[in-house]
Amino acid sequence: MPAQAGTVVAPEVLWWALVPLLILAGAAVLLLTVASLVRRLPEWLPATWTVVAGLAVLVAVVPLWNRVQDDGARSFLAGSVGIDGSTLFVTALLAIAVVATALLSRAYLAREDLPGVELYVLLLLSAAGGVVMASANDLIVMFLGLELLSLAVYVMAALHLRRIQSQEAALKYFVLGAFASAFLLYGIAFVYGATGSTRLARIAGYLSTTVLLEDGMLLAGLGLLLVGLGFKVAAVPFHAWAPDAYQGAPTPVVAWMAAGVKAAGFAALLRVFVLTFGSWSGEWQPAVWGLAVLTVLGGSIVAVVQTDVKRMLAYSSIAHAGFLLVGVQASSDRGTAAVLAYLGAYTLLACGSFAVVTVVGGAGDDRHGLDAYRGLGARRPWLAGAFAVLLLGQAGVPFTAGFVAKFGVIAAAVEGRSYALAGIAMLAAAVAAFVYLRILVALYMEAEGDAVEVDVAPWGPRIVIAVSVALVLFLGVVPGPLIDLARDAVPVLVGG
Amino acid sequence: MIAVFASASPSFPVLPALILTPLLGALLVVVVPRSRPELLKLTAVLSTMATGAMSLWVLFAFDAGAEGFQFASRHVWIEDLGISWLFGIDGISLFLVVLTGILFPIAILATDPEHDSRAYYAWLLVLEGGVMGVFISLDLVIFFLCFEIVLVPMYFLIGRWGHGNRTYAATKFFLYTMAGSALMLVGIVSLAFLHADATGGALTFDLVVIAEAQSVATDAARWVFLAFALAFAVKVPIFPLHTWLPDAHTEAPTAGSVILAGVLLKLGTYGFLRFGLYLFPEATHHFAPVFLVLGVVGIVYGAVVATMQKDLKRLVAYSSVAHLGFIILGTFALNTEGIEGGLLQMVNHGISTGALFLLVGMIYERRHTHQISELGGLQKSAPILAGVFMVVMLSSIGLPGLNGFVGEFLVLVGTFNAHRWYAVVAAGGVVLAALYLLWAYQRVFHGPAEGDNADMPDLRLREGLVLAPLLALIVVLGIYPKPVIERMEPAVDALVEHIERHVDGFQEPTSRMGIDIALDGADSGGDH
Repeated sequence: MPAQAGTVVAPEVLWWALVPLLILAGAAVLLLTVASLVRRLPEWLPATWTVVAGLAVLVAVVPLWNRVQDDGARSFLAGSVGIDGSTLFVTALLAIAVVATALLSRAYLAREDLPGVELYVLLLLSAAGGVVMASANDLIVMFLGLELLSLAVYVMAALHLRRIQSQEAALKYFVLGAFASAFLLYGIAFVYGATGSTRLARIAGYLSTTVLLEDGMLLAGLGLLLVGLGFKVAAVPFHAWAPDAYQGAPTPVVAWMAAGVKAAGFAALLRVFVLTFGSWSGEWQPAVWGLAVLTVLGGSIVAVVQTDVKRMLAYSSIAHAGFLLVGVQASSDRGTAAVLAYLGAYTLLACGSFAVVTVVGGAGDDRHGLDAYRGLGARRPWLAGAFAVLLLGQAGVPFTAGFVAKFGVIAAAVEGRSYALAGIAMLAAAVAAFVYLRILVALYMEAEGDAVEVDVAPWGPRIVIAVSVALVLFLGVVPGPLIDLARDAVPVLVGG
Repeated sequence: MIAVFASASPSFPVLPALILTPLLGALLVVVVPRSRPELLKLTAVLSTMATGAMSLWVLFAFDAGAEGFQFASRHVWIEDLGISWLFGIDGISLFLVVLTGILFPIAILATDPEHDSRAYYAWLLVLEGGVMGVFISLDLVIFFLCFEIVLVPMYFLIGRWGHGNRTYAATKFFLYTMAGSALMLVGIVSLAFLHADATGGALTFDLVVIAEAQSVATDAARWVFLAFALAFAVKVPIFPLHTWLPDAHTEAPTAGSVILAGVLLKLGTYGFLRFGLYLFPEATHHFAPVFLVLGVVGIVYGAVVATMQKDLKRLVAYSSVAHLGFIILGTFALNTEGIEGGLLQMVNHGISTGALFLLVGMIYERRHTHQISELGGLQKSAPILAGVFMVVMLSSIGLPGLNGFVGEFLVLVGTFNAHRWYAVVAAGGVVLAALYLLWAYQRVFHGPAEGDNADMPDLRLREGLVLAPLLALIVVLGIYPKPVIERMEPAVDALVEHIERHVDGFQEPTSRMGIDIALDGADSGGDH
């Protein structure tokens, strides 16, 4: 890459690298325009449109991936946006989550009798924000992506107009999310003050060549960045919004919050901490270590005392965030690859699990107690069986993608000599297993009490459940593809 | 599957088939049409029998004189991490594989589930695949995968087809074992990284490579050993980690108890031999006193608590705690007699306790109770059942001439040579075993038969046929254990030599210490 010239020139734009982003944003804008012009859209159109956009992104990612693998990572728009393996990997995960959420949403909106177009527009915009985060080579760009992602999700959480919990969830999520954004922005300002740039590559370059006489400002910036991103990925103690938001938000939106938002958040964490501040890992690793311990333990232990399945899964998703932090804490290529592989597995597990919850939730989206699951194994063997596989996968049982994911982060932690962290994480996994067992017990081992009949699942959720279960099992037995892709997706900083 | 043949094996890959056959059977069970329920059991029986036949074939094709692993095969699983499907069998695992092969068809033939037979048979078959995997895996990660996966079928077997407090027992079983093995995964990964660091080679999880290199520093190896030991100690279970066992055994359905006692408990004791003694000779030697003490405590504690049980199944469960104490004692005596005795005891305990659980299950089917106080005088109404029970019970006590004696005797000889006083206390456990089992027998089968006990039907032909192979083994192994011992011996000798080689100043404790040193290498064989 050439050094920055002194004169103002129009920045170079690699349009091919922007294709996924353009598809998502374009699809959103187009859908919004058409919906406001045409009086009555066919009911199937917005969902189909979103699914097609998501699949198009998946298809578009393939040639880009090959190009990046062959020619290396690139940076453009004056070094503020980049494209590398991790960008595309996370983009693909976001696309998968978009497709799954759209498939769930159609059935959900029809059942709840809610107007539909907005959800899809917001979903696409939110995904576009996620893609921006995953390709950000500049802290400001990352912030823009984060805001685009978050603002859309706040509204999505409030979408169920007749459920007061939905409104409450959105408000909580919004207020705390705004706090988080403020922290993040403040942190960016500090980092800028300490290093003189918001470009990731320049920050990294500056830190590798300069000895700071006073590192207080940079440390403060790092701390604030960690808090801000910690909020987004729901790390303990910044997780307070998550259980309420998960419980109240429409279930398909929860699938997106668990899979999509988490993937984008961790993409940002990796880019900022491991990639940019890798040379300062000695300073932030202890903080992430503590965050990881609190998150795995907090998520697992509090999940045990829940009685609402959606809340259980919310806390278990917090525990998963803890495992992901274990990978981040390693601050190594293996750790990064492990985080990405974990995100891949978790995307499948989360989409599948919340698909089941969507189905069982029934009209009104409020049958989420363990009672609703009692005896499901006898009444709906396939649905219960699928849920069982997904829960065992979340527990990290061998021959599921969940085990492969956990194995990766544990290996990364051990390689980085964080034996205690690895041990604590595994013990927390054993605690979390109890949560999944409670649901399994309800599914298979308890007589039906006042069990309510679960409606036959529409084909949308069915597809999501079937595909995620199949992939969870397949990647558990043949994990090679996931591990190889994640290894090749390690992010690189280019430009300056 | 991205499998690559690393070592071309010309013959039939019999070890992978031992895992795949039951799994294939499980798949077949799942797809049996709903209109043909009678095919479910047939499929399950045939696939376990095929597996059993293959395990017998392995037994006969096994080269008795050779040490090292036979029938080895390797297929790469995750190239990046150096994980392979690496299988092999030696004198230590051989008889456990055969035991598994024999016990599963028996357990399936013996009892039928009361409901959901499709899932029941499918889980049992998955369980067999997992257990086989544990016994033949020579890759640490694959071993861990199989070690963990057996939890899932067993959890469902106990939780869905068990008795009374089954949910509690199943959950306790799952969580105990999962928490126990949580640190083992960290240990496995640490070991591989430490080994790779020390040797400068690529990451590998190959058991033989890591064990032979012994490249890891002593302190680190001890910590890693403890991580492994905790997992095995829960699985065995060693006192004081045993509290899941009585619940799981008591609440499990008969087939579940048979498999749990017969095979699953051996995962832990086998783990100690293969992944304790072999992988960490120094650490094993260092920590051996702890396990010797816990083994002896287990023997006495198990026996005393068994004596006080009012529930027949719980009594048998606690007798397992005592028997497994013997196995631990023999294993950590660290000499040929002790380890061989422990191995024999594993097989014998599988046979006799498996048979005991079958018999208890048969009594339960007739009387719908496990309470000793509600039974009595059954000998009059069911003399054959009583006779069979008597033989099995005597084998469990360790009566000379039956299989239990040989293993227990060797364990005591080995322990006596190594640590005299432990053997003295343990021998007391044999007496206690006689006490609680004979007393239980007396209360259940003797005395006046009242009420339902008076007209309890005797053994049916089918039940007799199911028990016959176990009875035959009890007698044959009691009178003529030589074929078994001579197949174990090369592997056990090699293991002891391995420990001697890698532990400074350690000499196998034998009674003929002086002679052994003089004739080093000239012993082995012929003296049994």
